[in-house]
Amino acid sequence: MRKELDIKTKKADVLIIGGGTAGCYAALTLSEQSQLSVLVAEKAHIKRSGCLAAGVNAINAYILPGRTPQDYVDYAAKDAEGIVRNDLLLTAAERFNEVTAHMERLGLVILKDENGNYAARGNRNIKINGENFKPLLASALQEADRVSVLNHVNITDLLTDGGKVYGAVGFSVLEETAYILEAQTVLIATGGASGLYRPNNPGFSRHKMWYPPFNTGAGYAMGLRAGAEMTTFEMRFIALRCKDTIAPTGTIAQGAGAKQVNAKGEVYEEKYGLTTSERVYGTVKENLLGNGPCYLRTSGITKEQEDDLLKAYLNMAPGQTLKWVESGKTPGESDVEIEGTEPYIVGGHTASGYWVNTNRESTVKGLYAAGDAAGGCPQKYVTGALAEGKIAALDMIRHYRPAGAAETEEPFASQEAGARLRKQARRYLAEYEKIRNEADPPFSAEELEEAMQKVMDAYAGGIGCHYEFNEKQLAAADERIAQLIELSGHVGASDMHELLSVYELKERLLVCQALIAHLRSRKETRWHSFQENMDYPKRDSAYEKYINSVFEDGKIRIIERELVKEAVYEHKDS
Amino acid sequence: MSIRIREEKCVGCGRCADVCPGTLIGFREKKAHMDYPKDCWGCVSCVKECRTGAIEYFLGADIGGNGSTMTVTEDGNILHWKIRKHDGTVKTIDVNRQDSNKY
Repeated sequence: MRKELDIKTKKADVLIIGGGTAGCYAALTLSEQSQLSVLVAEKAHIKRSGCLAAGVNAINAYILPGRTPQDYVDYAAKDAEGIVRNDLLLTAAERFNEVTAHMERLGLVILKDENGNYAARGNRNIKINGENFKPLLASALQEADRVSVLNHVNITDLLTDGGKVYGAVGFSVLEETAYILEAQTVLIATGGASGLYRPNNPGFSRHKMWYPPFNTGAGYAMGLRAGAEMTTFEMRFIALRCKDTIAPTGTIAQGAGAKQVNAKGEVYEEKYGLTTSERVYGTVKENLLGNGPCYLRTSGITKEQEDDLLKAYLNMAPGQTLKWVESGKTPGESDVEIEGTEPYIVGGHTASGYWVNTNRESTVKGLYAAGDAAGGCPQKYVTGALAEGKIAALDMIRHYRPAGAAETEEPFASQEAGARLRKQARRYLAEYEKIRNEADPPFSAEELEEAMQKVMDAYAGGIGCHYEFNEKQLAAADERIAQLIELSGHVGASDMHELLSVYELKERLLVCQALIAHLRSRKETRWHSFQENMDYPKRDSAYEKYINSVFEDGKIRIIERELVKEAVYEHKDS
Repeated sequence: MSIRIREEKCVGCGRCADVCPGTLIGFREKKAHMDYPKDCWGCVSCVKECRTGAIEYFLGADIGGNGSTMTVTEDGNILHWKIRKHDGTVKTIDVNRQDSNKY
């Protein structure tokens, strides 16, 4: 037997799981606007963790002069074919500009025109230098009062009792230490899920993907296990990217005005439509018609434009600049080849994630979600993550009852509930020890991850199937993922990094299980490529509703909900 | 795509290991060591963090790399990006953090 992990216990009023964009901004809001103590648990280091590690090139959700938050809602709702929450979109959009102004005060460089207004890129975007976006946010947080940051601590499970959250447990990824974190309010800001499907570059560069490979769906998985309701997982996100480097294309398409063309030089984008999913779909179809490869037509741009592009990519995806320079094929001379990525589950782009009320509280009391973890609010992007972090924080402040006050819900306070919670925590910690002492495991976490990605690719609409699937394939995917979940119960870990890998595998498998159940429940094709069901290739108005899910007794139970039309949504039933 | 750490230039300060968003960098004999090269996202956080230029970024052969490497050094608000091509030629691109992207 290995020596058992040391156990450390910490308490705070608010626990924030995930120190990315949404989590850091929620912590900053709590520090500035309340006296609450805040603990941020981050599995890497807040300076560069989350989606903005390399930087971000533009603010893509901003209300420009002459436009209103409602315009943004209308745009996002149309792009998502109506399966959105208007209340969530509107409340996020109403705060896009204030959080942008705050980031500028923290040091974010934003391009201005001769009148001192932000320079627009397109209809909803402004131009920035976002290379140091995350370090700016992290350094503001380091100086914030009443906030402690636990870097390199990975949270695995929530502690709940009677439908209310009371904290979480996790472990250090560097030291042999487990953590029990007590808090009566918890924010899930863990991002979305990558690595579910076989990626574009499955060999040496397997992690050269669009979305952070370290965002493994941890928040979705711990929420599902704690009984929280999820929404719209079936609206997968597939990004249209520069081939090989998987660098963004928006900068070229919107910034330099490059059109999507096939190998014959024909502009094809109008043929298939211009929504986010249709741009991917058109590229897939052109390849299937024998018209590939597809490109963004950059050839002919000026030398000055080219130099600006090389710099812009250094601020967000430096691999693309390296590729241009080392290949000698610069964008002015050669068009940029594009391809679709593997599918992801990510609430910042599509509507997948926690089912929350207008204040971003989930169906588990005291448990909030923001950013890519929160559903119903697609195309929220970076400013939406900031806005949701703030909305959740403000609601926590409104609802907080100080310790000792009447009706307080001090975690672990009552004798009976406290005993139950401590027992729950011990059960989770025992699972760490079991994994660390697994004798002779048949497979490694890496092997099972590869097997999972192969199943999802072949049977649940991955790149290899041009994102298409049918009912029989989904049934096969479900069966095989169930087998892999069974096998994942016998994987071992010889150090803390391997323990992290085991949990990441389990998180992804549970997200896959839920995703397949969602895909099987929407018997139509609502979004090309994102959810392309070949048995039901047309849109069906009967599915103008949300597909939601909860996890019960090892199975996913689907809940269908009517579209929310009200300006404010409160949780009522289960 | 991944990174290579030049042992002779590494002073073992640990800044790269601390900041890596995948916690992929460890230590061997007091020098930073890339423990999981296939798990690198290519965000170059470590390259920016390194004060001695010991970390080189490169594209894997599977995504079209042909042996060129990239490093970056900070000089106040200026980031000097240096691409050393496999034929030995060097291209430097300077980016000022105070300048917004044009796109």
